[in-house]
This record gives sequence, C-alpha cells and structure tokens, in this order.
Amino acid sequence: MIASSLPSRVGIGFKPEHFADILAEPQPVGFFEVHAENYMGDGGVPHAQLARLREDYALSIHGVGLSIGSMQALDRPHLSRLKTLCDRYQPESFSEHLAWSTHDGVFLNDLLPLPYTRETLDRVCDHIDTVQAVLGHRMLLENPATYLLFAESTIEETAFLAEIARRTGCGLLLDVNNVFVAATNHNIDPHDYIARFPLEAVCEIHLGGHSETVDDLGAPLLVDSHDTPVKDPVWALYRTVLQNTGPIASLIEWDNDVPAWPVLREEASAAQRLLDAAARKRVA
Amino acid sequence: MKTTIATLALAGSLASALAAIATPAAADDAKEKCYGIAMKGQNDCAAGPGTTCAGTSKVDYQQNAFKLVPKGTCVSMKTPTGHGMLEQGPAPA
Amino acid sequence: MSQTMQSAFAAGLFDAHPPPPGLAAWNKATPRRRYAVYSNNVETSLTGALAARFPAAERIVGADFFRAMAGAFIRACPPRSPVLLAYGDAFPDFAARFEPARDVVYLADVMRLEFARGQAYHAADALSLDPDKLAGIDPHRLGELIFVPHPSLSILSSLHPFHTIWAMNTGERPLADLEHWDGEHVLVVRPRLIVDVIPLPGDCANFLRRLAAGSMLGEAAALAGGEDFDLSHALAILLRSGAFTTFREG
Repeated sequence: MIASSLPSRVGIGFKPEHFADILAEPQPVGFFEVHAENYMGDGGVPHAQLARLREDYALSIHGVGLSIGSMQALDRPHLSRLKTLCDRYQPESFSEHLAWSTHDGVFLNDLLPLPYTRETLDRVCDHIDTVQAVLGHRMLLENPATYLLFAESTIEETAFLAEIARRTGCGLLLDVNNVFVAATNHNIDPHDYIARFPLEAVCEIHLGGHSETVDDLGAPLLVDSHDTPVKDPVWALYRTVLQNTGPIASLIEWDNDVPAWPVLREEASAAQRLLDAAARKRVA
Repeated sequence: MKTTIATLALAGSLASALAAIATPAAADDAKEKCYGIAMKGQNDCAAGPGTTCAGTSKVDYQQNAFKLVPKGTCVSMKTPTGHGMLEQGPAPA
Repeated sequence: MSQTMQSAFAAGLFDAHPPPPGLAAWNKATPRRRYAVYSNNVETSLTGALAARFPAAERIVGADFFRAMAGAFIRACPPRSPVLLAYGDAFPDFAARFEPARDVVYLADVMRLEFARGQAYHAADALSLDPDKLAGIDPHRLGELIFVPHPSLSILSSLHPFHTIWAMNTGERPLADLEHWDGEHVLVVRPRLIVDVIPLPGDCANFLRRLAAGSMLGEAAALAGGEDFDLSHALAILLRSGAFTTFREG
C-alpha cells in the first residue's frame, strides 16, 4: 500500500472562485488539493463542485483541523468525518500537519507548534496509527512553518519526522516554503535542513508564498502567509529537492489574497518547468 | 375540537395555487451561477467561513469595542417612529 | 510537552498574556513577537471566518466595529469544532446583547438571516415537492396532509425591515432611506444550488412555520387565518419556493 498515488506533476489548491475558469477548458494541472474541513457540510455547491472536479482530475484532501500534535485524545467525531469524506471522494492522497489546533475542545484555527521530545514523538505516532487504521490508508504528514522553539525540545525536527515515518509507515509532505520560513526564523541553513530531511519518505511537495516581519531583536521573522507568489529562495530550494528526489507531485498553495486563475496557472507552469527539467535529468 | 378549515376552501385554494405556479418561474440558471460565476455584490457561491493552513501577515490589533461606534452603512428613516434612528453612514465602496 | 504547557500556550493566544514560559528563540530574543504571530493568526482567521459568514453585518457597522465585536465573540464563544462552516450560530444573539451595538436595533435580525443563508448553503441536497403530486390528492384528505420541510428551510420574522436592510447591504438593492419601518418575514431555502431569500406576508410566515413544525395543512391554514390571509397565495409560495420535499397523510 502506497501513501499517495498523486501524479508526479504540479497541482493547485482549489478555490471555489476559480471553478468556472477551470471548467472552461482542460487545464494543465496534475491534481487539485482541497481543505477537508471546507467539505464537511452536508451538500450544496461545495460538494457539487468537488464531485465535478473529481471527474477530471486527481485529488488530494488536505486536513487542517485534526490536531495530530495535540497531547489530548484525537477528535474521534472529526476523524469519522474525514473517513466519510475520503470514502466518498477516494482521493489519491490524504495529508495532515505536524501541529495542533484544538485544546480542551476549543478549535483555534491555526497550526500550533509542539516541542520535539520522546513524549511528543510517541503521542504523534499513536495518533497517526489511529488515523491510518480508521482511514484504511496511509497518510502524509507535513513539516510545519514555526515561529519559535521550545526549551524542552531534544530531537531535531528532521529526525523527529524521519522517526514518525519509520514507525508509522506514513509518507511525508515536504512544504519547501515552510522549510525556508522555519529555517530563517531559527537561523539555520535551509539547504542543511533539506540535506537532513528523510527525502525517501516524501510523496508530495508544497510551494507557497510568505511575508516578512521581524522579531523582538529585529531579526527576520517570516510568516507562512500564502498570499504572494513563490519567492526565489524557495524556488532554489525546490530545485535542490528535485535533484535529490526526481519528480514529485507538487502543489501551488495560495490561500490569502487569492489571484485570478491565469496567475495561479502561470505559477503552476513555472513549477512544472522545474519538474520537467528534473525528469529529463533523471533520464539523461 | 380540532381547528381546521373547510375542505372546499382548501381544495379551491390549492387549485388556484397550482394554476398560479403553472406559469413558469425564472429560468433555472442556478447550476450555471453556482458553478463559479460570482454575482454582483453578493457572491452567492462563496462558502463563508473556512479553515486555513496559512498564517497571516495582516496584524489584527484587537480594539475595545466599547470605545467604538458602529460606522458603516447604518440605515436611516425619513419618517422616524422611534425604531433606533441612525445616521446614514458612508456610501458603500 | 505536557498538557499543562499546551494549555498555557492555548490560553495566552486569546488573552494577550505574555508568552508562557518554556518558549525560546535562536537569538535569545524574548518570544513576544514570535508568539504574537500565533495569537494574530487565531484572531485574524476566526474574525475573518465570521466576516465571511456575516458580510452584511460587517457593512452595516463598519469593518473596525465588526472586528472588535467578533473579537469579543470568539473569546466568549470560541469554535468547538474544526468545521468552521457551521461556526457563528450564537453570534446574532451575542450581537443582540452587545452593548456598543445597542442602537443598531436590527443588526441581530440581519445576522440571523445571514446565518440561515449559510446553513442553507451547506444543507443536505433534497428534491423539492413536485406540485403535480398534490393535484391527485382526494380533496377530503388535503386537510390532513403533513409536509416535510426541505433540509435548507428557515422562516424568519423581524419587527424591523431586516430583509430590505440585508438586501441594501449585499448589493442586491441600492442603499436608500427607508420610508417605512415595518416588520418583515422571509423564507430561506436552497432547492438546488442557489440560496433563495423570499419575502413573505406575516400570516403566510406563520402558516409555513406551523407546517414546517409538523402541523396538518388544515390546522395550519385555520390558525393562520387573519382577515388578510390568502391561502392560495401561501400555497403558491409553498409550491414555487421548493420549501418542502414531500408530504404524508397525518
């Protein structure tokens, strides 16, 4: 059983406002990705659109609310909703985040960070085992964009993710923008991070934009805001990853200040050119 | 005793209702509209609140509502009858 | 990370507390601004979710006021589920009790209309009643029919012209002074993909509300009966709007 069967092409995060443009002609898009929680209503336009897209395109369902990194129990009703959604649309991939977002029953709608320790490692692995057992399928886990560190952390993020993949058999979703954002925020070399990353477990890549601010000492602090084109250093990092992995399903994420469809499509084409170049290099 | 209405009145009303709706209503373009064409002003196809996996660069400085007054398109009446008359706010963009 | 640490991290996000102990930065900076990125994400994403659900309310009171009111609401009633498309059901009642909005007497009712539209948008799909099915019913049994409401149906009434005000703040009607300040009634339903908001006479609203609650047709018609109640008009609205899916004999 493989963790993802997405085509090794570029996909785009689906936004309802692009639906008419997408349907107007066949799109050079390998797959669409949607946020699971936005398709948990009972009916109406969201399901009508998703069902229609599903007829023509591969689909990745990307959860943002399961809170896998919570120290508390998994939200079983929410897991059931994910199961219903995956059973209905049979996506080529289901992914979630190394983060938590629910605490004491309150949903905070942000991907919050966790320290990397033996205790949190065990807990996250337990949660992923449960998710995979319920869904009957392996999932992908995404590396986070983080803004701060925990004094109690004893394990490097790359080793933490590698151990999760080894123990649970899950695949990894490598968000290259998150790597750049977190590496900058923690003053490490993003290429070193990639060199330590368990690339053999990566089944999907995310590309997105970020914005810039500063911390209390004036050091750069990047925010994973998905509201701009992919920036040059992130493209460079993407090229490095592809040199090591060959072509992998790659997603353009643009969630805030969403541009017109042609802009998004052009961004995807830029990524596709890099994927094609990586494929040629493999053959050569 | 059960409160109800005479069979004849009911049947008559239903007959005229059925006759009234026999004239076709507006064409069913719902599918086309909601398949992504945003309507002016109100995007009937917008899903409303959604989740995000992105952070934001827009800083929201939480203000104390008790120091604010509503300043939008509050509706006023030409013939106030005591139902909270309000100033006309700035015209919408 | 103990649960205590996660609790402290979560609690401070809403309360502008200093960051909890145990956080760090590579340059030994105090993590205040770093932690504030998370607080801001929570604040902005949740108030943004409410603005997406209540766009007319946002226009009525203005963006600054709306965000402040939404900020107070997310603290009082934070979401209890990751399915945000259902979030905000308690916001109209909150707004009704919200002192700074006291003068905007119609605000809560406009918000109830907006929330009903959101619910209808995501409600289960269902086929509306085919009027021809009623044509064949024995007239003597008509009074005993019980109608099943469409999953997307709401019927709302207000002492204020809330539908007119809503329409003026969604671009459906130009903004204008109101000549009269009369109560209004609407039916919200999504027979296919588009959410319809249909104005109703008051006694028709009562009639349809009784039917939706399970009253038999004859009983609902008799109880609605003001002088002006037009049963055939009410039945035409019932059939044309798609507000009901089927009927059974009571």
